[in-house]
Amino acid sequence: MTATVERVPAPAGTLSKPARKRAHTGRPLGAASGTTLGVIVIWLSLLVLLPLAAVVGKAFGSGWDDFWSAITSSVTADALKLTIGLSLAVALVNGAMGTLVAWVLVRDRPRGAAIFEMVIDIPFALPTIVAGVVMLAVYGTDGVGPNLFGSRAALFIALLFVTLPFTVRTVQPVLLDLDLDAEQAGTSLGAGPSTVFRRIVLPQIMPAVASGAALSFARALGEYGSLVLISSNIPHQSLIASSLIYGKLQDTGANATQQAAAIATVLLVASAIVLVVLDLIQRRIARRG
Amino acid sequence: MAESAVIGNLTGARAARRRERASATAISLRTVALVYVTVLVLVPVVVLLYRALSPGLASFFDTLNDPIAQHAFQVTAVVAGISVVIDTVFGVAVAILLVRYRFPGRRLLSAFIDLPIAVSPIVVGLALVLVYSPTGWFGPFVESHGLVIINAKPGMVLATVFVSLPLVARAVIPVLEQVGTDQDQAAASLGANALIRFRRVTLPSIRIALAYGIVLALARCIGEYGAVLVVSGNISGQTQTAPLLIGEYFQTFQRDQAYAIALVLVLVAFAAILAGAYIRRRQRRGN
Repeated sequence: MTATVERVPAPAGTLSKPARKRAHTGRPLGAASGTTLGVIVIWLSLLVLLPLAAVVGKAFGSGWDDFWSAITSSVTADALKLTIGLSLAVALVNGAMGTLVAWVLVRDRPRGAAIFEMVIDIPFALPTIVAGVVMLAVYGTDGVGPNLFGSRAALFIALLFVTLPFTVRTVQPVLLDLDLDAEQAGTSLGAGPSTVFRRIVLPQIMPAVASGAALSFARALGEYGSLVLISSNIPHQSLIASSLIYGKLQDTGANATQQAAAIATVLLVASAIVLVVLDLIQRRIARRG
Repeated sequence: MAESAVIGNLTGARAARRRERASATAISLRTVALVYVTVLVLVPVVVLLYRALSPGLASFFDTLNDPIAQHAFQVTAVVAGISVVIDTVFGVAVAILLVRYRFPGRRLLSAFIDLPIAVSPIVVGLALVLVYSPTGWFGPFVESHGLVIINAKPGMVLATVFVSLPLVARAVIPVLEQVGTDQDQAAASLGANALIRFRRVTLPSIRIALAYGIVLALARCIGEYGAVLVVSGNISGQTQTAPLLIGEYFQTFQRDQAYAIALVLVLVAFAAILAGAYIRRRQRRGN
C-alpha cells in the first residue's frame, strides 16, 4: 500500500522531525552482525540485484542495435513518451496540490481534518487493481461520472489518485516542524501572507515538495494496476509502458521478451535517475538540518 | 499622544484588514484542498461501495462463497502472510545494521533497499521470470533441485517481498535513530548477549513503529497486482490471488463479481488505515 509508501514517505508519527543525520557513529561489525549483513547482501542479490541485471542483460543480449530498434519502434516510442509525459504532469500537479493539502491540514486544521488524514491514506492502503476498479466505477463506460474510458484524462486522474499521499506525507512533517518565529518576524516587518509564504516558508519546504514530486514521478512511471482496467491499451493513445511490457510478455514472437526487457530497461534507468535525485535532495535536507 | 493614538489606530485597522484578507485566503485554500481530496478520492471510493452493494447482499455473499473466490482469498492470505514475515525479519535486521553499525557500503545498502519502490511491478515480474523460470539464468539449477518458482507460490512470494521490501525498515529506522544505543550498551555492559538485548531492550523500543511498518507491508502484500500477475501465471484455482481474480472477472465481463471482491479488499484497506491511525496515536502519546 501505501501504503504506498516508498522512499517511504515517513509515517507521520515517526518522522515529526526531518531526519537529522549526525555524522554516523556506529559500532564496527561483530561476528553476529557480520553474518547478518552477509545474509542480507546475498538475499538482496538473489531477489533484486541479479533479476534487475538479467533485465538489462536481456535488453542488450543481442546488441545495441536491437535494443535501440526495440525502444524506437513507433508504438513503443509513443508509449514511452506518453508514460514519461504523464508522469511529469502528475509530479507537477501532485507537488502543487499535495503541498496545498498538507498546508491546510497543518496550518488551517479545519474541522474534520482527522477524517481527511484517513482519506489521504486510502490510495496507499488500496490495492492498485482496486484503485482501477474505483476509477472504472466513476469514469468507465457505465460509470457515474463522465465516460473517460481509454482516454489520457482517465490515466491522468488515476495516477493523481494513487500518488496523492506522496507529497502530502513528505511535506506535512516538515511544515509541522517549521519555526514560526521567522514568519512572525516577516509579518511584523510588513510582509503580506503571500510574500511570507514565498520568501520564508517555500524555501524551507521545497526539498520536501521536490522529493514528494519525485516519488510521484517514480510511482507514475511504473504504475500498472490502477490503469490497466480503464486504459484499454490503445496504441499511440492510451497504451502505457508497463502495459506494453506485459503485452510483449504474453506475445510468443521471437524477439518479444528482448523487446519487453528493452522497454523495462528504459523505465529502470528513469527510476534510477529519480532515486539519485531524491538522494541528493535528502542529503541537502540533512546538511541543512 | 493623540498622534501616536492615531497611528496606533491606523496600524490596527491595517492589521485587521490584512487578517481579514488572510482569512479569506485561508478559506479559499481550505476549500480548494478539501474539494480536491473529496472529488479525487472520497467520492470515487463511496461510488465503489455503492456500486458493489447495489446488486444486493445475497449476490455479494454468493460471489464470496464461490470456490474460485474462496481459493483466491486463501492464496492471497498465504502469500501475503509469508511475505510479511520475510519483510519483518529483513526489515528489522537491515534497520539495526544501518543505524547501529558502520561498515563499508552502508550508504549503498541504504540506497539499495529503496530501489524496489521505484521499479514498475511489471518489470519486477519480468526480472524474476528472467532469472527463475526454467529458461532463466538459474532455471536449470532450480529445476535440478525439483523446485518450481515461476507460475507457483515461491515466485509469488518473491515478487511480493520485492515490492514491499523497504516498508518495515523505513518505519523502524527513524525510531531506532531516536532511541540511540545507551540502553543497549548498558545492557551489554551488564552481560546481556545480543539476543537478550534485542528481545528486552531493542524490540520494546521499536514495537509501535514496527507494528506500523507491518501494517503498511501487509496492506501492500495483500494488494500486489502487476508483479504477481507476471510471475504467477494467473492460474485460476491454483495461483490466482484476490486482486488477480478482480482483473479476470472484468475481462470476462462478470462486473458484479469483480466489484464484490474489490469491496472485500476495500474493507481490508480500511481496517489497515484504522489500525495505522490507532498505532500512530499511541506512538504520539508514547513520545
